[in-house]
Amino acid sequence: MIEVVNLNKSFGEIDVLHDINIKINKGEKVVVVGPSGSGKSTFLRCLNCMEDPTSGSIIFNGVDIADMKVDINIHRQKMGMVFQHFNLFNNKTVIENIMLAPVYVEKKRMKKLRRKNPNNEVVKSVKEIKADAKAQAIELLKRIGLEDKADAYPSQLSGGQKQRVAIVRALAMNPDVILFDEPTSALDPEMVGEVLELMKELADSGMTMVVVTHEMGFAREVGTRVIFMDEGRIIEEGNPKDFFANPQNERLKEFLSKVL
Amino acid sequence: MSDFERKIDRFIEFFIEYDGYKTVIEGLQNTLKIAICGLLIGIVIGTLIAIVRVLPKYKLLPRVLNGICSFYVAFFRGTPMVVQLLLSYYVALPLMGLNVPSVTVALVVFGLNSGAYISEIMRGGIQSVDPGQMEGGRAIGLSFGTTMIKIVIPQAIKNILPTLGNEFITLIKETSVVSFVGALDLYVAFNRIGSNSYEFMVPYLVMALIYIVLVLIISGLVKLMERSLSKSDRGR
Ligand SMILES: Nc1ncnc2c1ncn2[C@@H]1O[C@H](COP(=O)(O)OP(=O)(O)O)[C@@H](O)[C@H]1O
Ligand SMILES: [Mg+2]
Repeated sequence: MIEVVNLNKSFGEIDVLHDINIKINKGEKVVVVGPSGSGKSTFLRCLNCMEDPTSGSIIFNGVDIADMKVDINIHRQKMGMVFQHFNLFNNKTVIENIMLAPVYVEKKRMKKLRRKNPNNEVVKSVKEIKADAKAQAIELLKRIGLEDKADAYPSQLSGGQKQRVAIVRALAMNPDVILFDEPTSALDPEMVGEVLELMKELADSGMTMVVVTHEMGFAREVGTRVIFMDEGRIIEEGNPKDFFANPQNERLKEFLSKVL
Repeated sequence: MSDFERKIDRFIEFFIEYDGYKTVIEGLQNTLKIAICGLLIGIVIGTLIAIVRVLPKYKLLPRVLNGICSFYVAFFRGTPMVVQLLLSYYVALPLMGLNVPSVTVALVVFGLNSGAYISEIMRGGIQSVDPGQMEGGRAIGLSFGTTMIKIVIPQAIKNILPTLGNEFITLIKETSVVSFVGALDLYVAFNRIGSNSYEFMVPYLVMALIYIVLVLIISGLVKLMERSLSKSDRGR
């Protein structure tokens, strides 16, 4: 599904990622761990080109999205991203947060259809598009038990609630993969559980996930593959069992001794 | 009857019996028209310029646009409004062979001028919005422009609303310079009553009063708007 080929990234003089090669298959849950500053976020943000790779390719569903000529927005719609600080839209209610992108994308698609064939019967009106998106959003909110917060603003939610809304906002686009950048790091300890629970549920439903996290329990339990990054390189990777029980690299041993 | 009472009577006489109120109403309308349209045009121009200024700059087009905007802002902030009005009305338009009513000219010049000021206010407003808001939009596949318009600008406007209110008040006060190009505003209206009645004290007092009331009303409206907009901030 995603194939990263010879990815390099530098910010000015600083080389952050060196020759990253990795293939992520459909249904995998790849967990990325490593010390702070090792380039985990940068790696994740290169996957959906939030950071433009300095060189190399990101092949997503057969298209090299690192190529500046492709319309990146279309591909990002199929790659959800969940941030440490949620990044919910502060000026929109919870349900508007979830509906915004689906409505926008569907409107655009309908416009295109109508242009091709003005009498097209399958074309939906704006009203229908919104009604559909709303029904879907309510369904998603029910799934996380927050349907009563539909008309609340993000500032009225707890951190855990915000992050769960952020996750279903990504889900509303029916993405092929969701990227998580330390989704529980900004949460109060008592709220970490509810977010991890939802992520587990997602994993069980077959979603492809790439997760940067310090939650080793999650890595062990949910990950199908764990990757250790250090100084911008992938140093070790393997299935969680071997990764934790039988680390090879010295740096990884040192890292694990600190976090476990 | 005291001297002041006599002056008041004389003002009332000219205000009502000699149709002074009609002139004042027209003047008030023009003043508001110029300030309101000026503000709206200014917001549109200011927002566009601000967006150009926060655009990523590694392509040629944004850099060229940015240069043009810098010049625009420098020109309109660097010369007095009167000069801009005079240049437009007596130089630019005649050179183009156009004959435009003075109120229209004033309104456009006010818009162009406040656009320059508002662009700086708006840029600050945009920069005050958490960069995570733009990231959230871009990550879900919205374009830079869509995210800007739907997410960032509304929050920026909320942040700068008090400053925009002040800009509007500044515009109202500055409308008094439109008499330089022969537009009838509040000042010209009262000045006319003064000249006709040979008595300026009361007309100018009433004029000052109207300006103060206008400013108070606008300040009140801005407060109301701030309160309704801060709905999305409850609990923060
Ligand atoms: N926008 C940026 N500009 C310059 N340097 C950056 C930028 N983003 C990250 N870096 C640098 O890249 C390195 C890796 O950062 P990051 O990917 O955030 O690491 P991690 O997520 O593993 O903590 C750090 O040294 C950081 O300072
Ligand atoms: Mg990070």
